[in-house]
Amino acid sequence: MAERERLLAGSASGTFQSRTRVMSADDVSRAVKRMAHEILERNHGAAGVMIIGMQTGGVELASRLAAAVTAIEGSQIPIGTLDATMHRDDFGLRPVMPEAATAIPDDPTGKTIVLVDDVLFTGRTVRAALDAIHSYGRPQSIQLAVMVDRGHRELPIRPDYVGKNLPTRRNEMVDVNDDGVDLGEMLP
Amino acid sequence: MTATWLRQRGPKHLLSMADLDRNDIEQILNLTESFAEVGERSIPRVPALRGKTIAWLFYEDSTRTRLSFETAAKRLSADTMNFSVGSSSVNKGESLRDTVETIDAMGIDGIVVRHGAAGAPHQVSQWSGAAVINAGDGWHQHPTQSLLDLYTARHHLEDLEGKHIAIVGDITHSRVARSNALGFSKMGAKVTLVAPPTLLPSALEGWPVEVTHDLDEILDDLDVCYLLRMQLERQGQAVVPSLREYHAEYGLTSARADRLSDHALIMHPGPMNRGVEIAGEVADRPAAVITEQVANGVSVRMAVLFLLLGSGLDVVDDQRAIA
Repeated sequence: MAERERLLAGSASGTFQSRTRVMSADDVSRAVKRMAHEILERNHGAAGVMIIGMQTGGVELASRLAAAVTAIEGSQIPIGTLDATMHRDDFGLRPVMPEAATAIPDDPTGKTIVLVDDVLFTGRTVRAALDAIHSYGRPQSIQLAVMVDRGHRELPIRPDYVGKNLPTRRNEMVDVNDDGVDLGEMLP
Repeated sequence: MTATWLRQRGPKHLLSMADLDRNDIEQILNLTESFAEVGERSIPRVPALRGKTIAWLFYEDSTRTRLSFETAAKRLSADTMNFSVGSSSVNKGESLRDTVETIDAMGIDGIVVRHGAAGAPHQVSQWSGAAVINAGDGWHQHPTQSLLDLYTARHHLEDLEGKHIAIVGDITHSRVARSNALGFSKMGAKVTLVAPPTLLPSALEGWPVEVTHDLDEILDDLDVCYLLRMQLERQGQAVVPSLREYHAEYGLTSARADRLSDHALIMHPGPMNRGVEIAGEVADRPAAVITEQVANGVSVRMAVLFLLLGSGLDVVDDQRAIA
């Protein structure tokens, strides 16, 4: 799970305690394949599409989506990573530190960007990412792909491709890991 | 490993390399990489310090440090207030303390101080509620210069542990030498000061350095040859017979530069006097990373400004972000 998610949950520190497994590793694989098909269907192929994974939780999912798209379409798709920390709106409210490198493979101007993250929660990270992408160029469009949409949006943002819609309580945690997706909470 | 400076509670200042330990330095250099990436964007600006105001308090001439800080602040969307001694109330006899308290009363978040007296930034930090960054105080310290030098050297040499750096020239009058002797030795490098006896401080006890008067004897072993400017404006009396003789004895001539190993870096804090501490041709060789130092200076200063003013480390009792 991204450290960002952990901090957003507001719990001071602690360990993640899983209560239910909501997706198995196989469920996640199937969802990745379906989302790859949806991306290709909606954009009429992979031409002009660039996949950008959000640091750090979305990077793994982005590379899986890109691999799935390549497997279906047979052509390579540009893939990058983005750290939107510098564009966040909660400076001064909590410690904020850039987590990892940004690597945008090409000028995004005129491209269709598929922004990828593991969990969509308040939408604030996505808002920051939209700002960040625009400092690299002006994409033709930006689409959003997430493995889990857990609700509780604080901004008018919605995903275009969703692995699973998962109703949660605000204080719960969603953990996307190698074994699938778990729902639980942070224990002090 | 502890990060003594980063983990310290309360308002933070960057006054001296002595305040930082190796872990602090490594974290700042790692953070610098994130900010170097910002400079490569087509719009190199992030809103991280939006709404913050930084005042420049420069009592000494400076071109590159001031422009570098200014660029760093603008890339972080901070507002800046300029203060230059020539056109201020200092000419009417206002003391440093009154000037600082006046600026402070306007509501600022950071002060970047350059002053001819060692310790002036420390004094400023006592009088102001803002975060204070030392941009050079007398012969004492210039921490952001050292950080950008460490970043540049680390970028090329990967790890500074066990590397050998010579700092050559006017050690006595150089805050850069004092900062880098500390900075490079904290990172595990071996530091040798090279200068004629007249340009070495009289008391070197406790410095983590070796000293020689003969540049030629260590040239082959060096990973970094760091040249200092002859600070003619600070030297009260003749300390070398002539600049020509200094160049022959201590300058990095073409013949000496040829003897450096292939991976060795030639560094200089600028402004350089070609033909004095460095031969004109040597400064343009690929091994000379002097313009790279300037470019990295902006990224390092962004990292420092962000840590002090934007990271939230001072307001929240939560240190996991710097784990």
